[in-house]
Amino acid sequence: MGRTLAEKVWDSHLVRQREGEPDLLYIDLHLVHEVTSPQAFDGLRLAGRKVRRPELTIATEDHNVPTENIEQPIADEVSRIQVETLRRNCAEFGVRLYPMGDREQGIVHVIGPQLGLTQPGMTVVCGDSHTSTHGAFGALAFGVGTSEVEHVLATQTLLLRPFKTMVVTVTGSLQQGVTAKDIILAVIARIGTGGGQGYVIEYRGSAIEALSMEARMTVCNMSIEAGARAGMIAPDDTTFEFLQGRPHAPAEWGAAVEYWQTLRTDDDAVFDAEVVLDADELTPFVTWGTNPGQGCTLDASVPDPASFADAADRASAEQALAYMDLRPGTPLCEITVDTVFIGSCTNGRIEDLRAAAAVLKGRRVDANVRMLVVPGSMRVKEQAEAEGLNRVFLDAGAEWRSAGCSMCLGMNPDQLAVGERSASTSNRNFEGRQGKGGRTHLVSPLVAAATAVRGTLSAPADLED
Amino acid sequence: MEKFRSHTGRVAPLRRSNVDTDQIIPAVYLKRVTRTGFEDGLFAAWRSKEPDFVLNRPEYAGASILVAGSDFGTGSSREHAVWALLDYGFRVVISPRYGDIFRGNSHKAGLLTIELDQAAVQQLWEYAENDPAAEVTVDLDARVVRAGDLELTFHIDDYARWRLLEGLDDISVTEQHGHDIAAFEAARPTWMPVTR
Repeated sequence: MGRTLAEKVWDSHLVRQREGEPDLLYIDLHLVHEVTSPQAFDGLRLAGRKVRRPELTIATEDHNVPTENIEQPIADEVSRIQVETLRRNCAEFGVRLYPMGDREQGIVHVIGPQLGLTQPGMTVVCGDSHTSTHGAFGALAFGVGTSEVEHVLATQTLLLRPFKTMVVTVTGSLQQGVTAKDIILAVIARIGTGGGQGYVIEYRGSAIEALSMEARMTVCNMSIEAGARAGMIAPDDTTFEFLQGRPHAPAEWGAAVEYWQTLRTDDDAVFDAEVVLDADELTPFVTWGTNPGQGCTLDASVPDPASFADAADRASAEQALAYMDLRPGTPLCEITVDTVFIGSCTNGRIEDLRAAAAVLKGRRVDANVRMLVVPGSMRVKEQAEAEGLNRVFLDAGAEWRSAGCSMCLGMNPDQLAVGERSASTSNRNFEGRQGKGGRTHLVSPLVAAATAVRGTLSAPADLED
Repeated sequence: MEKFRSHTGRVAPLRRSNVDTDQIIPAVYLKRVTRTGFEDGLFAAWRSKEPDFVLNRPEYAGASILVAGSDFGTGSSREHAVWALLDYGFRVVISPRYGDIFRGNSHKAGLLTIELDQAAVQQLWEYAENDPAAEVTVDLDARVVRAGDLELTFHIDDYARWRLLEGLDDISVTEQHGHDIAAFEAARPTWMPVTR
């Protein structure tokens, strides 16, 4: 029987396999950041261990870093200590670090692909659940906890039970104004936040093939929000073109591409689960609740919890509406927001900024809205400035910041205040995620930009007047 | 890691589903570089603003078994969620389903996470609500939860169970296979990327 893409990558990384034990899998690339690594490095020190393969490890500062006045020391002492701890650990253990202010610094899931370090067929891990992003290249990439970070640092391997496989086929093609973000929000709404648990999801179909690498990363990024540990897309010419010429692209390009072309699910392979979605029917999506599965199309209204058949779903919706301060039946397009955030490992890449700028060009951000634009990396910032996108944002009245995770999780000063409501291109609308008491609506960069202009949840089509 | 064979304690019934790791411990508590002392961050938002929240109720003080609704520990990979539960005094979590990363983290750090179906969770909720002082025993050796007359068997990955029973640390186990790792490394394609 044929094998799926995920199974092929798994099999090619088996270091050891024994009946009754988890498989021992080799890890090709380990991404490290300041939040989930200090206790792992401490563990190494305590046991007198070294980093086995520092040259397969890369570190950056992203979660804690301020996005303004970055030439100054971090004001928050606890954040500063965490960042300084990473610097000391990287120096001591010989790990290459891109610190705040460096031209290559940025969100760990933006810089890996940007440097060409993320390549098809690799295993990639990081102490961060959005490591699934790298699956857009046909890599098997997933988040791990700090104990596993330490395990990878010490052994360059992980003990794992095989994942189940799911295929999400997206047929047809996206209409104007509908994006990769809408695809993945629709997938999560369909299968639920637990639907992907235990699975690796492979995305395929005509609508996926037509996506750019940036858009594919957006889709794979939020696989974790459907409960899946990883998302994958088979590499193709779009992938190879993106990688060619990048700093870490293979010197033996021909040999690499020849191998990468074998990384496809066999025709006779069988998935454990299958979902089909028609891209032609998709319209802009937005979340109304406090988990990413609580979403619907922007032209709909806030649902009535009583309409949910399942008791747990009903209770969850009631709690969500109370937290979000929303009433059933309110049209989503009438919801007023205070803040618009464009950025994160989901939508902080150059294409996302271009899309938002195209909507904002010649328009103004509503007087009651604060808009933050945070590039995913310093390279993205540099590119955007070369294209004049920063001028578009600034002229519209938005704030133009330096790279980091920023308001996606509010570990730095970029936070929502209590009761504030945002339209955000990030990945999680959990209670308090963007700041204690903050309320989040997840949207695409296009919807975020249109919302900034109108002050209420809106699509670009709503601006044509 | 401490060995885990059996645990007896009282139950805190958490009647919520989809409790993500941001709820278990908000991001602002993740800035510390230590491995202990995260108990103040556990369910920080709910503890601070909801007087009726289960952990704010005196009758559940000292509970060491948390029984929650489905999809507990979804979202962020932060192992701090596991540490916060342990630091607060929990040794066992029971839920119908977990976020994959949280579940993996829990067993690495010595917090036993058990899957029981929604009906069993409902029975345990009612058991703890009828008598908050009643004790429950979680026997990992026998794979059974005992609560009064209730006897609920559970499945757990044999390897994860063995590690918990023995209190083993994965890294020392893996290091025994150093020759396998070296052999694998010797055969990797030369064009694979390095970070320097």
